[in-house]
Amino acid sequence: MMSNPTPESLHPGLNLGEEHGEDHLEAETSVFGFWVFVMSDLVTFGMFFAIFAASSAPMWMAGGPGPKDFVDIGSIAWQTGFLLASSLTSGMAVLSLKERHAGEGASRGRLIFWLLLTAVLGFGFLYREIADFVSMAQMGAGPTRSGYLTAFWSLVGLHGAHVTAGLLWCLTIVVGVLVRGVDKRWKLALLRWAVFWHFLDVIWIGLFTFVFLGGLI
Amino acid sequence: MLDSYLQLAVAETFLQPTGPIARAQLDHLNYVVILTCIAIVPALVALPLILFRYRRKKAGDRYRPNWDSNLGLEVAMWGLPIVVIFLMAISLWSITQRLDPYEELGKDPLEIKVIGLDWKWVFLYPEEKVAFVDELIVPVGRPVELEMTSDTVMQSLRISALVGQIYAMPAMTTKLNFIASDAGEARGMNTQFTGRGMWRQKFLVHSVPTDEYQQRIAEARQSPITLNEQTYAILAQQGTAEEAKTPLGITVLEGPLETQGTATVVAERDVPVGQGIAMRLPEPKIFQRVLARYKTGVPMTPETQPGSPSYDPAKASLPPLTAVRMEM
Amino acid sequence: MLASLFGRLNWDSIILVKEFEDPDLQLLITSGAAAAIPLGGIFLVLLLWYLKWWKPLLGWLTSVDHKKIGVMYIIFSVVMLFRGVVEAVLMRTNQAVALNGGFLSSDHFNQLFTTHGTNMIFFVAMPFLIGLINVAVPLQIGARDVAFPKLNSISLGLTGAGGFLITISLLIGQFSTGGWTNYPSYTGKLVNPGPGVDYWITAIGLSGIGSTLTGVNFAVTIYKMRTKGMKFMRMPLFTWTALATSILLIFAMPPLTAACVMLGLDRYLDFHFFTNDQGGNLMNFINLFWMFGHPEVYILILPAFGVMSELSSTFAAKRLYGYTSIVAATMCIAVLAFFVWLHHFFTMGQSTTVNAAFGIATLLISIPTGVKIFDWLATLWGGRIRLNTTPVIYLCGFLVLFVLGGFSGIILANPTLDYQVHNSLFLVAHFHNVIIPGTLFGILAGIHYWFPKMFGFRLMESYGKVTAWLWSIGFVITFMPLYPLGLMGMTRRTVDYTDPAYVPLMLVSGAGSLLLGLAFLFLIITFWRSIVNRKQLVTPIGDPWDGRTLEWWTPCPVPEYNFAVLPEVDSRDAFHTAKERGDAYAPIEKYEDIKIPSNTYFGLIIGILGCGLGFGLVWYMWWMAAGSFLAALATIIVYAFLPEREQVIPAEEVRRVDENWRREARETYGVTRDDEITEANKGLARPDVVPG
Repeated sequence: MMSNPTPESLHPGLNLGEEHGEDHLEAETSVFGFWVFVMSDLVTFGMFFAIFAASSAPMWMAGGPGPKDFVDIGSIAWQTGFLLASSLTSGMAVLSLKERHAGEGASRGRLIFWLLLTAVLGFGFLYREIADFVSMAQMGAGPTRSGYLTAFWSLVGLHGAHVTAGLLWCLTIVVGVLVRGVDKRWKLALLRWAVFWHFLDVIWIGLFTFVFLGGLI
Repeated sequence: MLDSYLQLAVAETFLQPTGPIARAQLDHLNYVVILTCIAIVPALVALPLILFRYRRKKAGDRYRPNWDSNLGLEVAMWGLPIVVIFLMAISLWSITQRLDPYEELGKDPLEIKVIGLDWKWVFLYPEEKVAFVDELIVPVGRPVELEMTSDTVMQSLRISALVGQIYAMPAMTTKLNFIASDAGEARGMNTQFTGRGMWRQKFLVHSVPTDEYQQRIAEARQSPITLNEQTYAILAQQGTAEEAKTPLGITVLEGPLETQGTATVVAERDVPVGQGIAMRLPEPKIFQRVLARYKTGVPMTPETQPGSPSYDPAKASLPPLTAVRMEM
Repeated sequence: MLASLFGRLNWDSIILVKEFEDPDLQLLITSGAAAAIPLGGIFLVLLLWYLKWWKPLLGWLTSVDHKKIGVMYIIFSVVMLFRGVVEAVLMRTNQAVALNGGFLSSDHFNQLFTTHGTNMIFFVAMPFLIGLINVAVPLQIGARDVAFPKLNSISLGLTGAGGFLITISLLIGQFSTGGWTNYPSYTGKLVNPGPGVDYWITAIGLSGIGSTLTGVNFAVTIYKMRTKGMKFMRMPLFTWTALATSILLIFAMPPLTAACVMLGLDRYLDFHFFTNDQGGNLMNFINLFWMFGHPEVYILILPAFGVMSELSSTFAAKRLYGYTSIVAATMCIAVLAFFVWLHHFFTMGQSTTVNAAFGIATLLISIPTGVKIFDWLATLWGGRIRLNTTPVIYLCGFLVLFVLGGFSGIILANPTLDYQVHNSLFLVAHFHNVIIPGTLFGILAGIHYWFPKMFGFRLMESYGKVTAWLWSIGFVITFMPLYPLGLMGMTRRTVDYTDPAYVPLMLVSGAGSLLLGLAFLFLIITFWRSIVNRKQLVTPIGDPWDGRTLEWWTPCPVPEYNFAVLPEVDSRDAFHTAKERGDAYAPIEKYEDIKIPSNTYFGLIIGILGCGLGFGLVWYMWWMAAGSFLAALATIIVYAFLPEREQVIPAEEVRRVDENWRREARETYGVTRDDEITEANKGLARPDVVPG
C-alpha cells in the first residue's frame, strides 16, 4: 500500500537506516505523521500559554493568591528532575532497540527495563504534581478562585494530563512488547511515544521557565 | 440616489450622517468603492467577453491549448491589485488613526457613562446628576465622550448617524467619542446578540441646541424617580425599558410606539409608550460600583448576575468601591 | 437513583413529550420540520433492518477506503445541508413578514440562526470539502490510499458524533442560542445554564478533533505518498489547495478545541476563563475563536479554489494559466490567514494602530485572491469553453459573485467602516457571498465533476444545469438585498423589526430563499433522476471530461486499490500528456500483488463512544460520559494489540481487471467534447479535430 519512495518525499533528518526498504518507509510516514500531530498539539499548548500570559497580571488574580503564595520551588525542582531523567531513560529505551537485533531476550529485557524506569520517574513526577495541586486546593488556591488560577491549573494540568497519557502509552508498550515481542509495530509505537515524551519535556521547560520561575520573579 | 431610497423615519444609518465622523466614514466608503472597482470591473467585464469569444463552437484557431504564461500579463495581474491595495492601505491607515473612537474631539467633552443592561441602555450624566434610560440627549456642537460598560453579557453600542459602534463589556470600559453637527434625532442600538429582547434595545439620540439641552437636563432633575441601588436593581432585570416602567412606578400612556415627543414628561410619572425614562442621579458613582461588582473577589451567583434567568433584584446589591480587590 | 442515572434529562426535555403536554402549533410545525432528520434517521434504521441491508451498510461504515469515506462524508453533508436550508428558508421567510413580529418565536429563531451557522460551517461545508479531498487527492497524487486509513475512519466517526449531537438537540432539549460563534458570557453558566451551549461545545469539540486528525492525515499523505515523479510543482491545483487546507486544519483547529475545553471548564467546573467576575476575560474567547475562525474561512475557500482551477482548465481544454502564480497565491493566502483574525472584532476597543495593522493585513489577502481570479480568466482565455456543461455554470457564477463578495470584504476590512457595518446584515450578506458562490459552488461543481469517480456514472446535465442556475439566481435574490439593508442599519440575528423601510427588501430576500430551497430540491432531484437513469450515464472507462490529471486515469468506479500499477509522472498534466502520446491505455507487462488494509470497526466504535461522551456531558449523565471515555481509551489500547489485517489482491486478479479496462479503452471509439453530455460518453475522450 505504500507508494514507491522518491528522494523528495523522504523527510530529512529522521532516517532510520536504509536496510528495511518498505518498513523503513512506513516508519518514515508514521513518525512524520506523529511529528505533525505534535506540532498541532504544540499549538494547543500555545493557546493555554497565551491565556496564562494574558491572565498573569495581579488584576486577574481577583485578590486571590498569586504564584509567590503557592509555588513550592523545591517540589518543582523535583518534578523537573524526574521528568528530565525520564527523558534520558526514554532515550535509552529507544537506543536499546539499536544495540542488537531486536526481539532477542537480552535486548527486550533492556528495553523493558528502561521503559519501566521511565514510567517510575513519570509517576514520581505526577505524584509531586498532584501533591502540589492538593496543597494548593487546601490553601484556597483552587482553579475556581480566580482567572489567573484557572489559567495556571489548566496549563499545568494539561501538561499533567499529557504525562498521564504518555505513561499509559508507555505501559501499553511494555505489555505489548511482552506479549508480542519487539516487532515492527511496537517499534513504531516506541518511536512515536519517544517523540511524545521528549515533547512533554520541552513543554515542561516552558512551564518551568515562564510559569514557575517567571511567577516567582 | 441610493440615499434617498434608503431614507428612514429616524436616521439609523451613516448614509444619512448627522455628525462629522459618520460623514467622513461615508466619504471613505465612497473612496473604497471607487478604488476597488478599478480592480474588479475589468474582471467582471472580461468574463462574459471571454466566454463569448472562446466558446467551444467558435473558438476556432484562436484555441491555444498550451498557452500558460506570459510575463507581461503576470506583472499586470500582480501589479494591479498591489497598486490598488497599496493606495487603499494608505487611506485605511490614515483614516483609522484620524477617526479614533477613543480620541476626544475637542476640549471639555460632555462625559456620559453608559451601562448596557438586558435589554436597555442607561446613560449617566455624572456632572449634571441626571440619568436617562434608552434616551441620549447631547448638545449640538459639543464633543461627547461615552464611557461604556455592560452589566450583563457583551453588548455593542452603535449610533450609526453619528459614529458607529464599540463593544460594551462587563468589568471593562470602552469609549466612543463623537460630536453632533446637526440638530435632530438619530437611532442608537445594541447590535450584539444578547437574547430575546435584543432587537428592542434601541434608543433615540436627541441632538439639541445648548439651551434646549440645559432645559431638558433641568426637567430631568425634577424627575420623581431616582437612580439608586434599588431602582438600578429593577432596571437590571431582563426586559426592555418599556417593561421596566411599571415596576418603577411609571404609568405608560397609550399611544403610537414611535412617538417622539419631548424626552422628559415625567412630572406626573406619565410617559408615552416608547419614550425613555429620565431619572435623578444623586450618587454619580453608580457606574464605578457596577464595574466593582465583578472585582470584589467574591464570585457572582445566578441570583446576583444581571442577565441570568435567576437574577433576583432583592439579592443583587452593588458593592461599595472599597470592596474592589482587583486593580488595573 | 433513577433520577441520578439520567442526570438532568427528564421527560420534558424531549420535545415531542413537551409538545404532547403543552401543544404549541408554531413550535410543532417548525420543530417538526427540523425534526424530520432524526425521525428520518430512525425510519431509515428500521427500513434497513427490514430490508436486511445491515451487512452492506456495515461494510461501508467500517471501510477504510478513502473513496468510500469521502462518499460518506458527502452523504452526511447533504443530509445536514437539508437541515441548514430548511432553517435558512424559515428564517428568511420569517423576516420577510416580521414587521412588528413574524411567525417565529424569538427563542426558536435564536436557535435557528445558531444551528444554521454551526451546522453549515462544521457539518456541511467542512465535511463536504473533506469528502471531496478524500475522494480526489489520493487519486490525484497516484496513491493507493491515504497515509493513515484507520485514522481517516476515526475522523469520520468523530465528525459523525458531532453531527449526531447537533441533530439530537432537535429532539431532546434545545441547542445553544448564542450564534455559531457562541461568545461568552452570554454562553456562560450564569446566563445560559441549559443544555444548549453544552451541545455546541461537545459537537464542535468532537468534530474539531476529527478535523485536526484529517488535517494531519492529508498533510502526510500529500507529503509522503506521491507517486514516482509527482514533484510538488507537478501536483494538481486541487491537491495543492488540499495541502494548504490540511496545514490550516493542523494549526487552526487547536485554538477552537482549546476554546471549547475552556468554555466547558467554565461551565462544568466553575473555572474563570471567560466569566465576568473573578478575573475571567471574555475577550480571550473571542480571540481564540477567531484565531481558529479566520483560518477556517480559508479552510473552506481554498479547496473550492482548487476545484475551480481544475474546472477552468478541464472545461476550457487548456493548460492552467499561471500555475506557479496560483500555487504561490494559495500559499500566501494560507499564511496570511493566521494574521488577520482581529478583523472580526475591530469594535472591541483596542488601539487604532492595532486595528489599522490588521485591516491592512486583511487587504493584503485580496492581492493573491485577485491574482487567482485573473489567472482563471486567463485560463479561459484562448480555450475552447464548453458552456453547455454544469461545472462551467458554477465556475462562471463563482467568478462573478465571488468577486462581489471580495468587494464587500474589502469594505469590511476598513476598521472605520466596520464600526458601522459590523453585526449588521451587510456582514451577513458578505460572508454568504463568499461561502455560497465560493465554497458551496466549488463543492457542488466538484461533486458534479467527480461524481463518475465515486459512483461510475455521470449526473444528468439537464437537471444539473437547472440546479446550478437556481443556486446562482436564488443566491443573488436572497443576499444582494441584505447589503443595502445592512447599510440601512439593520442588525443581524433579529427575529423582527419595527421599521417599515426594511419591508420591501426583506420580501425580496424571503422570496429568494424559496428559490434556494428549490435549488436544494433540484439538487436532490438531480441525484435521484441520475440514479434512476444510471445505465445510460455510465462512464466505465473513467475519463468523461477529457481530464488532465491522474484521477481520470482509472476506471469508473475506481477499484479499491485505485491504480493497478502506480503511474509514473513526468509532467504536470500527466494523463493529458499520455493521451497526447497515445499510450494512455497501452498494455502493461508486470502486475504485482496489492495489499490493502481490511475494514475495521475502530472508527465506528470511536464515533459511537463519542456520541455517548457528548450526550452524557450535555445531560450530566456522568456514568455515560466517563464510561464512553474509558471505553474509547480501552478501544484504542485493544486495537493496538489486534493484528493489522490486510487483504491481498493477487496479481492475476489485478491483471484481469486492468487488462479488461485497457482493452475496452483501446477498442472503444470514444467521443469528442461535442458529445460529452450525451449517452455516448462512456468515459473515453477522443481528440477534437481542431478546425483550421
